[in-house]
Amino acid sequence: MTEQSYVRTEMLGEKPPPSSQVGPVKWVMENLFSSIPNAVMTLVSVWAVYFLLSGILPWTFQSSWNSTSLHGCRAYIVEKYGEGTEGACWSVINERWKQLLFGFYPKELYWRPVVTLILMFVAISPVLFASVPRKVMLFSVIYPFLAFWLLWGGSIWLPIVAFSGFGVAYLAIVFGPALIGSLGATIVAGVLPIVYWLFLAGPIIAGLNSVAPIGIEGIDSDQMGGFMISMIIGISGIALSLPIGILLALGRQSPLFIVKTICVTFIEFIRGVPLITLLFVASVLLNYFLPPGTNFDLILRVIIMVTFFAAAYMAEVIRGGLAALPKGQFEAADALGLDYWKATRLIIMPQALKVSIPNIVSNFIGLFKDTTLVSIIGLLDPMGLSRAIVADQNWNGIVWEIYAFIALLFWIFTFSMSRYSMYLERKLATGH
Amino acid sequence: MVTEIEREIDRSHMEVSDEIAIQITGMNKWYGAFHVLKDINITVNRGERIVVCGPSGSGKSTLIRCINRLEVHQEGTIIVDGTELSSDLKNIDKIRSEVGMVFQHFNLFPHLSVLENCTLAPIWVRGIPKKEAEETAMRYLEKVKIPEQALKFPGQLSGGQQQRVAIARSLCMEPRIMLFDEPTSALDPEMISEVLDTMIELAEEGMTMIVVTHEMGFARKVANRVIFMDDGQIVEENVPEEFFGNPQSERTKLFLSQILGHQ
Repeated sequence: MTEQSYVRTEMLGEKPPPSSQVGPVKWVMENLFSSIPNAVMTLVSVWAVYFLLSGILPWTFQSSWNSTSLHGCRAYIVEKYGEGTEGACWSVINERWKQLLFGFYPKELYWRPVVTLILMFVAISPVLFASVPRKVMLFSVIYPFLAFWLLWGGSIWLPIVAFSGFGVAYLAIVFGPALIGSLGATIVAGVLPIVYWLFLAGPIIAGLNSVAPIGIEGIDSDQMGGFMISMIIGISGIALSLPIGILLALGRQSPLFIVKTICVTFIEFIRGVPLITLLFVASVLLNYFLPPGTNFDLILRVIIMVTFFAAAYMAEVIRGGLAALPKGQFEAADALGLDYWKATRLIIMPQALKVSIPNIVSNFIGLFKDTTLVSIIGLLDPMGLSRAIVADQNWNGIVWEIYAFIALLFWIFTFSMSRYSMYLERKLATGH
Repeated sequence: MVTEIEREIDRSHMEVSDEIAIQITGMNKWYGAFHVLKDINITVNRGERIVVCGPSGSGKSTLIRCINRLEVHQEGTIIVDGTELSSDLKNIDKIRSEVGMVFQHFNLFPHLSVLENCTLAPIWVRGIPKKEAEETAMRYLEKVKIPEQALKFPGQLSGGQQQRVAIARSLCMEPRIMLFDEPTSALDPEMISEVLDTMIELAEEGMTMIVVTHEMGFARKVANRVIFMDDGQIVEENVPEEFFGNPQSERTKLFLSQILGHQ
């Protein structure tokens, strides 16, 4: 063997890194003081954070919780913390938080929205987390009707009879094909429940009520308000806009001309109009288009409009996800003999939705915050109530505290959505 | 373009029957005003292994994609397994579930594990119980020599492994005909032979195959007929010995000298 020749007979193992490559010292040096400009930026940032906190923290904590007016607050703070001290007047929240959460819902019935909220977490758990037993999904199906009944109260037969409309459709799907063919059964399954709800549900409910008048105290929509109303509109909008958005996105790409035209028109029209206009249509105009005698609840009308609005955006977000899929995925699904709906459900949508998660959640967050616009058409959501509170003689002039509280309420929910979406993205990552 | 195939081919099961698997008659196709396929006539008997080659843009991929109607032809007839391809969706889905296809870019479903990729179509198209579909899938994954990767996702596999999964996925539908659309063109040279090996095994079992490829070693050893296409037409069609040893058309000679010239 010559001097230059070399053959490695044994591959090298891994050695532990030297101490300069690990630990907190390394992190600080690398991230905060890696260069002179970086060190300067670090010091400036520390000063800026200190400056902000030195203003906000004393204001937040040198505060009054138990005064009965803004004037009382100020007197209390000056007395306790010395002349010239300014602090938050949290007393207004202490006095009014129930109103900001529940509006004018009867105090002795607050448990109903609270139970509804707790049950909501149960109902969405199987949708959010795969580890939850699939049987809970049955409860998720019943939940919207249960939630309606708990919140609005009244006869128990209304939600039950409304729910049974889907049972009617289910029967048509199961037994229809044998009697009238599968296309006929699909059409009947779409039409029959509507006929049932419009013409049969009323008499049936009246009949059941006269036989067995079971129910809880009814609450009018104008007694509802506060964060509860934001939740009702926001959660309904979120839950409904995603499936409608998916259908619109698919319809927009459909080769069927009429389906495509309807979807494009819907999306372009609804997306092209400000939400406020749609809300005004909901509050003022919609009743003109409905048959005389029908009284559609205002909250329900608002939910419909918010859902339409969000669905139009959702459709475009999902279309983006569809466009991001390589054509090969569609071809592979086709080549295996999957029909359109199976390919869409099993191959296309899971992937399109996955790439759209950040945008979908952004839309959900936007929708949830947009519910504050309903204060303009007179619904007493937190923003609507805040105006009433500020107009109160005792609290006249208060600004920051109420808005900070409302902001915190919204932030808790939107931040949770954001964290959940990041969890979901990590969970669904199947790359390297 | 020539991966040497060293192994001996076992021809004991490679007989061609008289039964017609695919019959294409007078087929024409246009993309808008562009005439991509011109008067194509091909008859494929059961058990035949046909290699389609030709320069890029010659229409060879389009041709095999017409066979399972990923592309729609405008004139002529295509009959697969006795069923004529028409716009009738039921016929199309029936043919597609009996004709397997392997793509250049694998087109595995990235959100599903290897095993789920293989069981999806048997479960949802054929209605086979999940357990049974998984057993079949494992059998085919063993056949393509990657049963240990069953629970991984496609993104975690090498190109050659992905293509073998794609072949297993098609086989799980127990197709009577397999179409290969440049199955090795997107692979590193090291990985080409593992995919070709899998294809050879399939040929040895008597599968009817149409393979679009530039792998002339495969064509020479495995094919029983080579079709050369140029400009949307079939220029020359012959048994491999004649096709490579004694090409008739000038166009074929030029193509072969270009593709084999660098040896």
